[in-house]
Amino acid sequence: MNEEKVIIAGFGGQGVMLMGQILSHAATVADLNTTWIPSYGPETRGGTANCAVTIGEERINSPVVSVPDSLIIMNQPSLDKFQKKLKKGGILIANKSQISDAVYRDDIEVYEVDANKQALEIGNLRVANMVMLGAYIAVTGVFSKDDMFAVFEKIFTGRKSELIDLNKKALEAGIRAVGK
Amino acid sequence: MNAKTVYEPTKGLVERDFHYCPGCTHGIIHKLVAEVLVEKGLLEKAVAVASVGCSVFSYEYFNCDAHQAPHGRAPAVATGIKRVRPDSAVFTYQGDGDLASIGTAEIVHAAHRGENITVIFVNNAIYGMTGGQMAPTTLLGQKTSTSPFGRDKTLTGEPLRISEMLATIPGAAYLERVSVHDPKHIRKAKKAIEKAFDVQMNKQGFSMIEFISTCPVNWGMNPMDSIAWAKENMIPYYPLKVFKDKTDGDNDE
Amino acid sequence: MAKVLMKGNEAMALAAIEGGCDAFFGYPITPQNEIPEYLSRHMEERGRVFVQAESEVAAINMVYGAAGAGARVLTSSSSPGIALKQEGISYIAGSELPCVIINVMRGGPGLGGIQPSQADYRQITKGGGNGDYHLLAFAPENLQETVNIIKESFALADYYRNPVMIAVDGLLGQMMEPVDLEAAPKTEVPPEKAWAADGNSDRKGGRNVITSIHLDPLELEKHNRKLQKKYDEMVAKEQRYEMIETADADIVFVAYGSMARIARSAVKTLREEGIKVGMIRPITIWPFPEKAFDELPASVKSLLTLEMSLGQMHEDVRAANNGRFELDFYGRTGGVVPEPEEIIDHVKRMLEKEGSS
Repeated sequence: MNEEKVIIAGFGGQGVMLMGQILSHAATVADLNTTWIPSYGPETRGGTANCAVTIGEERINSPVVSVPDSLIIMNQPSLDKFQKKLKKGGILIANKSQISDAVYRDDIEVYEVDANKQALEIGNLRVANMVMLGAYIAVTGVFSKDDMFAVFEKIFTGRKSELIDLNKKALEAGIRAVGK
Repeated sequence: MNAKTVYEPTKGLVERDFHYCPGCTHGIIHKLVAEVLVEKGLLEKAVAVASVGCSVFSYEYFNCDAHQAPHGRAPAVATGIKRVRPDSAVFTYQGDGDLASIGTAEIVHAAHRGENITVIFVNNAIYGMTGGQMAPTTLLGQKTSTSPFGRDKTLTGEPLRISEMLATIPGAAYLERVSVHDPKHIRKAKKAIEKAFDVQMNKQGFSMIEFISTCPVNWGMNPMDSIAWAKENMIPYYPLKVFKDKTDGDNDE
Repeated sequence: MAKVLMKGNEAMALAAIEGGCDAFFGYPITPQNEIPEYLSRHMEERGRVFVQAESEVAAINMVYGAAGAGARVLTSSSSPGIALKQEGISYIAGSELPCVIINVMRGGPGLGGIQPSQADYRQITKGGGNGDYHLLAFAPENLQETVNIIKESFALADYYRNPVMIAVDGLLGQMMEPVDLEAAPKTEVPPEKAWAADGNSDRKGGRNVITSIHLDPLELEKHNRKLQKKYDEMVAKEQRYEMIETADADIVFVAYGSMARIARSAVKTLREEGIKVGMIRPITIWPFPEKAFDELPASVKSLLTLEMSLGQMHEDVRAANNGRFELDFYGRTGGVVPEPEEIIDHVKRMLEKEGSS
């Protein structure tokens, strides 16, 4: 595979960090190289949060992602902040439920997902992040649905294992939402 | 000849002359601590933590392992030793400049954590080694090289009573203030030290014995007068008593 | 063992456990809090010592006591906290005790910020505390290298009876990357510490005393010369560095830690464009790897120091270069992590200037 660099951004509390970590976990399981870097500090408490994930077969140099191949955007402020960084022809997955002013560049590939609505239909708003992650893997083909399911089994342990089914459903909803 | 030994130096002290000034009570206090270590069979497992001040070289005298600590930090150094060697007998030996001023955070929190260490706190109401400056423990009106007109509470506060302060801390298991100005009090002081080490070895928590001491050179007195001055001026402000004894069962918060 | 995805701070904490760390003493400060958090759980589970001290000052003095008692001891902090620890670090070096200190650097001076920085370079390499002493200081660039060095550092500290500092920045502390803890060197059994003041004075050889005081100037000078011998040995034996595509390079970067990693991306991109750049990557920042500069071919045109500070290491680059090549510097500071493109742009400006002169 070519090196994949993705920035995931949203409000603190939308599960942005976890989305990135799941991608890096999947890469580790697949014996690929990966880095995950978060924004940290006060800004993550109630403000905007973002993380950058790089996945590749070759050694990863800078973990800092200046020109992402893909963006997963969970809200309007993140769209305003990161859209301009996306590479030409890059992929943007946008959470339509949190974007009021959807003005997109015309040199990128945009997929809108009504992630909050989908998550509520499944029964929990908190899995909107997994809906978005489902859309992302479906569009990019970086990982398969089963790769993601394997990570869920690995990281949701103990009391959190109750969450596996919910997250699987959300991921599948995201995959369907982009018509895959 | 059929002589009977009635007195000999304690094996708890290295055979050498003290560097302390005539009339200073460090010598008596060193001897009491050393005797207790020997009598309780603790000398071989003891680690003395020396502080900064006149007693910086106390490790030259105590005949056991020793560790010299930065100014005020002896309780932290002692914490490090005791935590990794919990069967050892760890004590700090600190003056009032060290413990009551720069080292207040370390002494408060060693007590607060209930560290199983013993603190020997020697309070002579002045900085000795640096040349007689005012300490937090200096009495009101007392003249020192940095309170030349006598300590004035409006400018420098009132003398800090450490034992009373530490008595409010739950982790402190045994706190007593003693004096060595006469033989009766010296015997009482030794009993206090014994108690403190018992508390430590029984893992009952933090123990400290505060000694009322003298500084004839920096007080500007001869040894006899300084003993009298300590008795007449310090003890009324710093009363001799047990401030905390969690081993008696009813002083336990 | 397969690789495990771990957060930098947690991987460092686990590496310390695997390296045989007996005791940890620390105080909370961002961005290294996951180190004590991880250790508070995992040291206790293993029956080892964890203490959250009342201050950085107390923490380093607990390290001083425990190291003096012969234990393998760790503390961790971040820049302003490391500043507070300098008193104890100087005593530990002066008393010739081993310990490991992790510094997850953030911006300064003063309270500064909490974002990644390399502005502690001088604090780490030029003393920090009082007196003629040095720390053996490593500045790894990724998590695998970091855990390998941490595991090894306890043995190095024991060998030299000197503090070892692991200097990373907030980026390495906060990022996640797969690490293989078994790929790291096997942990050596600690040597017997016959000098330890551990409450065992019926040992052969009598009682032990740990101290840093020597009031007689001649005696203190003798002690200093003894310490200096160790530092000379470190300079001879411990300079670690990586030469990256320097053989035919016109411009050679000098960068360490996260900055080196970012600069690697710039090297790759510039090489793809036919611009011949390479890099010296110091892995030890003390001793500074002067040997690397001797290995540079005469065909090099200039050196470009890259730092997340305003040129602290550049002073050592200047000394090591000793007038041989042209020097240039690019740095960001205050917690700003540069992007590879900034380095690329800077190199292109250098080439334009050269072309026009």
